[in-house]
Amino acid sequence: MPEVALAIFLLPIFSFVVISLIIRPFLNKRPQLSWYVTIASIGASLILSLWMLVEVIKAPGHVLPMPDYQWLVIGDTSIHLGVMADSLAAVMLIVVTVVSLVVQIYSRGYMHGDPGYCRYFAFMSLFTGSMLGLVLADNLLFLFVFWELVGLCSYLLIGFWFHRPEAARAATKAFIVTRIGDFGFLAAILFLYAKTGTFDIGELQHLALVGAIGGTALTWAAIGIFSGAVGKSAQFPLHTWLPDAMEGPTPVSALIHAATMVAAGVFLVARLFPMIASSYEAIMTVAIIGGFTAIFAATMGMVMNDFKRILAYSTISQLGYMMLGLGVVGVGVARGAVALEVGLALGVAVGIFHLFNHAFFKALLFFGAGSASHATGTFDIREMGGLRKAMPWTFATFLIGSLSIVGIWPLAGFWGKEQILSQAWHYAPILFYLAMITVFMTAFYMFRLLFLAFGGEYRGGAHVSLRESPAVMIVPMVLLAILSVVSGWLPISEFLGGESHSFFGALASPMAWASLLLAALGILLAYAIYSKKWISAESMRRRFAPLYTIVSRKYWFDELYENVFVVRILVDGIFALFHWFDDHIVDGMVNGIAGGTIAAGREIRRLQTGQLQAYGLAIFIGILAIIAFFMIFG
Amino acid sequence: MAVGLEHFLILSAVLFSIGLYGALAKRNAVVILMCIEIMLNAVNIAMVAFSRYGHLLTGQVFAIFIMVVAAAEVVVGLALVIAIYRSRETVDVERIDLMKW
Amino acid sequence: METGIAISFWILAAVMVASALAVVWLRDIFRAALFLVLCFFSVAGVFVILGADFLAAAQVLIYVGAIAVLIIFAIMLTRETQRGSPSGRFRFIAFLVGLLFLVTVTLVVVSTDWHAITEIPAEPTTSSLAQALFSGESGFVLPFEIAAVLLLAAIIGAIVLVRER
Repeated sequence: MPEVALAIFLLPIFSFVVISLIIRPFLNKRPQLSWYVTIASIGASLILSLWMLVEVIKAPGHVLPMPDYQWLVIGDTSIHLGVMADSLAAVMLIVVTVVSLVVQIYSRGYMHGDPGYCRYFAFMSLFTGSMLGLVLADNLLFLFVFWELVGLCSYLLIGFWFHRPEAARAATKAFIVTRIGDFGFLAAILFLYAKTGTFDIGELQHLALVGAIGGTALTWAAIGIFSGAVGKSAQFPLHTWLPDAMEGPTPVSALIHAATMVAAGVFLVARLFPMIASSYEAIMTVAIIGGFTAIFAATMGMVMNDFKRILAYSTISQLGYMMLGLGVVGVGVARGAVALEVGLALGVAVGIFHLFNHAFFKALLFFGAGSASHATGTFDIREMGGLRKAMPWTFATFLIGSLSIVGIWPLAGFWGKEQILSQAWHYAPILFYLAMITVFMTAFYMFRLLFLAFGGEYRGGAHVSLRESPAVMIVPMVLLAILSVVSGWLPISEFLGGESHSFFGALASPMAWASLLLAALGILLAYAIYSKKWISAESMRRRFAPLYTIVSRKYWFDELYENVFVVRILVDGIFALFHWFDDHIVDGMVNGIAGGTIAAGREIRRLQTGQLQAYGLAIFIGILAIIAFFMIFG
Repeated sequence: MAVGLEHFLILSAVLFSIGLYGALAKRNAVVILMCIEIMLNAVNIAMVAFSRYGHLLTGQVFAIFIMVVAAAEVVVGLALVIAIYRSRETVDVERIDLMKW
Repeated sequence: METGIAISFWILAAVMVASALAVVWLRDIFRAALFLVLCFFSVAGVFVILGADFLAAAQVLIYVGAIAVLIIFAIMLTRETQRGSPSGRFRFIAFLVGLLFLVTVTLVVVSTDWHAITEIPAEPTTSSLAQALFSGESGFVLPFEIAAVLLLAAIIGAIVLVRER
């Protein structure tokens, strides 16, 4: 049993090793081999994950007992490693393996003929393995290692076309910005270890629940962990890297920057939910950051012109939703409004259920973006249009994905969003209203994108002949489209310990109608502006010119970080200080010693007169001095 | 007044001091070499005196070695003086300061 | 016997010191060299008083015979006679150092108890000296050989240094 759990994440890592050590050096003439190896390993992982899911469902309390291995003994400290096979891990395994497998199939078409084919699949395998390891880890140290590994894969894959300066810059930016969050995460891990002497997640949760760690210490630790999640999940204020990360290949965006890695932040909060929810301040921070990020990213999504960037902002916004879901239930728990056991399971269920659904429809939307750009050669939606006729499959699946993300009953997105909204209504009304506005905005920007890209007439160059993508790309899209419809019907929420929902019963609540109405309004507005052009987009832009400028310049966050923070504070301030210190103190010491030696040498060398007799005199004076010394003191 | 070891040692010291003064004060390299020979002789007197008053022949053995070394020294020293004289036309040690900074 | 030795010691000492002073005093180096020979002779005399007959002979042969001649040759070859033997800039301090050295050594000599044996050792010393030099374990065979190599090196060195290029 534990061997199976280990095999789940070791298989793709093994595939990475095989591709990078055998196929790429020796069989580079047949890059297709790397695809087969990747598909085989991830497929095997998927089967094992399904089997494990079944086992977990059968197990009492939905937790499989797993042995842990002693990994390291330093003095009295011993660090154990093991896997955690509970419902959360099982669900995440399914998400990661399914999306990864589908993305690998799609990549065959998308990356066809790319010179870095082997490298691509090697990194993808490594990423999948690391992500699965991250999900399975039962130990913060272990988890952090995989956390950094997925970050590394993200860096490598954003910069996959490293010969393009934007891609290289975006990769570096992603790496550095997430590192800021990871610093907090690592600090929190070490702090917790210093406090409790354990890295084990189960033990830490237990200690937090019984109050062995608490108060300010717990709050700081929880906020440190959450800062790691903020970086990874591109939450405000570390959101700036994700839109730039779209420089990577589109399947990478679908897998890493939409479905799995960015969701790792949400997963982390869910994994440590009992601990974070034990601190009211920390969980309130999670809720507020999540709610604010959701609406904040949605505003920027409304004005972007880059297909993938709109989706990137949408991802940030949806991740904000998940954080909000986790946060508001946690707030309820912390206030004592819900029973502890119920509330803890409910929070995880609310957040992860949306994550589960989001993974499929967001990957699908990215596939649509990839397919559209495959045909048009651009990601700029102003140069698209009319793709509906040329690419019916792409359009149909994209439409399903859009309806799903907007939250139209009975598609997948509806169910997760509904749960989050209802929990927010209970525990944090202000955040509920923000989330409702976000629903409207989401509908607007998704359908703006849809109408601009697929509706109307083609606006790009005439020389491009629009053709539907090959079957190897269409089939995964159809697969994901099906999942985008049905994933919400699966009893994932109950499995995780949350509330069950009935298919039609959901329509009984007025809140569902309210959100559906807002979504419909958003779609209608987009239709009016971008399809029928009843309202001119141009005149809207002029009327709300200041607002438009602020939003389209992304609230000047990039400028704030780069010009103010990096240039003013770091480069002109701290680095200049270090530079001055280096120049004057360090170099001054070195040069001072050297100069002193030279100056002393210049003077002292005058003793070397070359006068034989002076030396002789010195010798005898010395002898006399020694004799005198011994006569006086001897 | 009987002559004892001290007499010889003081004679040796006087001779040595004269040689020392000459070696340090004279400018002619040949004279300096001569003074060094005087110093070596002074040492020899002390050695032989110790040998005589200690009934140990080792002192005389040492004196023989000193003579050998003195011979070698004077040969090389004079050869150097002549070599320097050839190239610089002087044996004045105050003007031979090639080893100066 | 004692008195004879004392008288000859004092005469020899006076001649030796006077001739040594002449070596450093005289401006004419050629005369200085001749006084050096006289000094060497008186040292040989002192050796005789001390019962070192072999050394006295060696002194005459090596110093008077070889070294003095070499020095006179050097004086001739360097043709420095007309410049004489002036004193250098260090003469006062050199005098001071010499005097201090003499005083110190004299003090040491006078204040030390030497355990001197006054009986005259068996003469002649030549064969016993050879014994001391070459007798097996406590001998000086190795230093003797090294001295030979040193002399050879000195000879070759001198030839190399003064050879006309």
